[in-house]
Amino acid sequence: MIRDIILLIKKYYKFIFFALLFYLLIEMLNGTIPILPRILTRYYMQILMFALINIIMTVSLNLINGFTGQFSIGHAGFMCIGAYTSSYFTTILFKAAKMAYFPQLALFIFSLLIGGLIAALAGYFIGLPTLKLKGDYLAIVTLAFGEVVRSIIRASDEISVFLKSIGLVKFSETISKISGPRGLSAIPALSKFWLVYIITIISVIVMRNFIYSTHGRACLSIRENELASETMGVNTTRYKIIAFSLSAFFAGIGGGLFAHVLRFIHPDNFSFIKSIDYLIYLYAGGMGSITGSILAATSLTILPEFLRVINFQQWRMVVYPLILIILMLRKPDGIFGNREFSFLVPKNKEVE
Amino acid sequence: MKKLTKEQLAKAFNHSILNYYRMANWKKYVFISVVIIFFLILYTLSFGTEAFFQQLINGIQLGSIYALIALGYTMVYGIIRLINFAHGDLFMFGAYISYFFGNYLIARDFRFSFIIVLFFSMAVTALLGMTIEKIAYKPLRFKPRLAALITALGVSLFLENFFALSPENVPFPFNKIVFGPRFLPFPALIANKVYNIAGISISYMKILDIVVTIILVLLLQFIVKKTMVGKAMRAVAFNKDACLMMGININKIISITFGIGTSLAAAAGTMFALTYGQLQSPYLGIWPGLKAFIAAVLGGIGNIPGAMLGSYLMGVSETFATSINSTFGYAMAFIILIVVLIFKPAGLLGRFTKEKV
Repeated sequence: MIRDIILLIKKYYKFIFFALLFYLLIEMLNGTIPILPRILTRYYMQILMFALINIIMTVSLNLINGFTGQFSIGHAGFMCIGAYTSSYFTTILFKAAKMAYFPQLALFIFSLLIGGLIAALAGYFIGLPTLKLKGDYLAIVTLAFGEVVRSIIRASDEISVFLKSIGLVKFSETISKISGPRGLSAIPALSKFWLVYIITIISVIVMRNFIYSTHGRACLSIRENELASETMGVNTTRYKIIAFSLSAFFAGIGGGLFAHVLRFIHPDNFSFIKSIDYLIYLYAGGMGSITGSILAATSLTILPEFLRVINFQQWRMVVYPLILIILMLRKPDGIFGNREFSFLVPKNKEVE
Repeated sequence: MKKLTKEQLAKAFNHSILNYYRMANWKKYVFISVVIIFFLILYTLSFGTEAFFQQLINGIQLGSIYALIALGYTMVYGIIRLINFAHGDLFMFGAYISYFFGNYLIARDFRFSFIIVLFFSMAVTALLGMTIEKIAYKPLRFKPRLAALITALGVSLFLENFFALSPENVPFPFNKIVFGPRFLPFPALIANKVYNIAGISISYMKILDIVVTIILVLLLQFIVKKTMVGKAMRAVAFNKDACLMMGININKIISITFGIGTSLAAAAGTMFALTYGQLQSPYLGIWPGLKAFIAAVLGGIGNIPGAMLGSYLMGVSETFATSINSTFGYAMAFIILIVVLIFKPAGLLGRFTKEKV
């Protein structure tokens, strides 16, 4: 056990070192470690957390779009499921705001996992019937799925009335507390920076390991040529569903974190436009590149806020798409194409 | 009970309604019609005949507006395999152009202002559409298909946010162009009359929507089926490389297709604004655009009759569902889409191409 950990540290010491360094830098600038002047206010910290969450979302979207070659544009739907499930646990079922520190943390992580699992389940069930669709048809079904999820949450009042009418009074009360069309508020601010940071790193590592595992290779083969990979004995349906569910799982976790940063969620937060954001991050970074996803998610989250800060308020949402268009015209494969940072590629292995 | 073997079960499944995928064509149509008629009868029984016909008219009117937008989507998709996400915003642009031009004409007391406004808006929007195609999509024509898609998203975001800038806050050359985020009442280019026939209110505007759609669609069918340009369009949609060899100017044809598609969107925008009498904001194109896109997919994207069928199906089902519950109505379009695509993966009229090695 200890030997394993030592081996792991030996393997990843560079990565861990840089991750820790970056974390310490952020905390110094944040004023938690009082060495440097406090530059990062709560507003900046929030943007940073959103950037991290967007990294999780983009890398998980990359699993489907970039590595498995399926075209999904309903990622916000999974995020919505995760967000609502985890806030249902922390806000409605248990009052996390009144708990002590450690039970609160445990509850939060538990609720995140449950949110992720339910999102994965949704991914599984949407994946099963729709995987015979190809290309744009699959895209539009995933989009429709996202909107249906949103509508169901929007209709929570009607659902609770219906549940009451068939006798499930207790359940209908908790459902009515979701208050779909008015939004769920007073969610405890459980997403601390360090937690989001660690979860992001873990998610990215898990997804990266998935990609470089046998299963991931199977997914890549589906992207390259579905027919050929099927001929070679890859069970394409199975791997597509695995990729879909895994991606949905992390999207659910991202959604849970998002809800506990923003502290207020509304079905409109997770509309088609949100999915489009992730699609933009993904393609700007480069399909099939984790590095690209990470960098694009970070920079494109910060860019509009940066434009806001330098008094570009009026023009920021005009400049942002312009930058995107120019980027796509100059570099149609995204910033990174399918290249990776070396620390994201496992050593001693033939890759592509 | 006698136990069925696996083969017998499979045979039973193949001959049952569950195996929709392998059903003969006429059986499919019968099946779909029976399902739709069942729901319509259910609706009539619970809400009355008047409500039924009223919703039917409303649905057909909404469907005609969707159809005009969906045709543009489907044409552009058919010819360059691009989901033109900016289409909804061109719809918005058309509506705003007709707002400004309509106000201009009304102030000068023009006759036939509606027709002039409609064609003017169609022409201007077509120019914008062709410009967008030249600047943003043409350089990416032989690049990965998804790069063009992201560019289309970028164009869409740009159009929305640029025209939503408020004129007071932007410097000179732009404040004459931008529309502003305000709510604007649309000028009444045509006096609206409401006829009451047997308890069903049919407004002049609803009939106009339907008639304009029919005329434009017939015109489009004529262009696509009977003219040389239409022939070239179909050829480009079929095989670009062969077209190059046959001396067809691909760029010109694609440009023309964009022009026609966007002008249809502008017509839809004008009719939409005229019918509802208002322009909320430059973001108004997002949802009609998305719904129309779904309608196009529902009918089989790239297929003109399919887009029409999908749009009317969508419009009617959406109005019926909305009259029961608004949230349900919103989700209805998406639910229908999922159900249809599960059974018919290439849309209602689309052809499912088998992959060949």
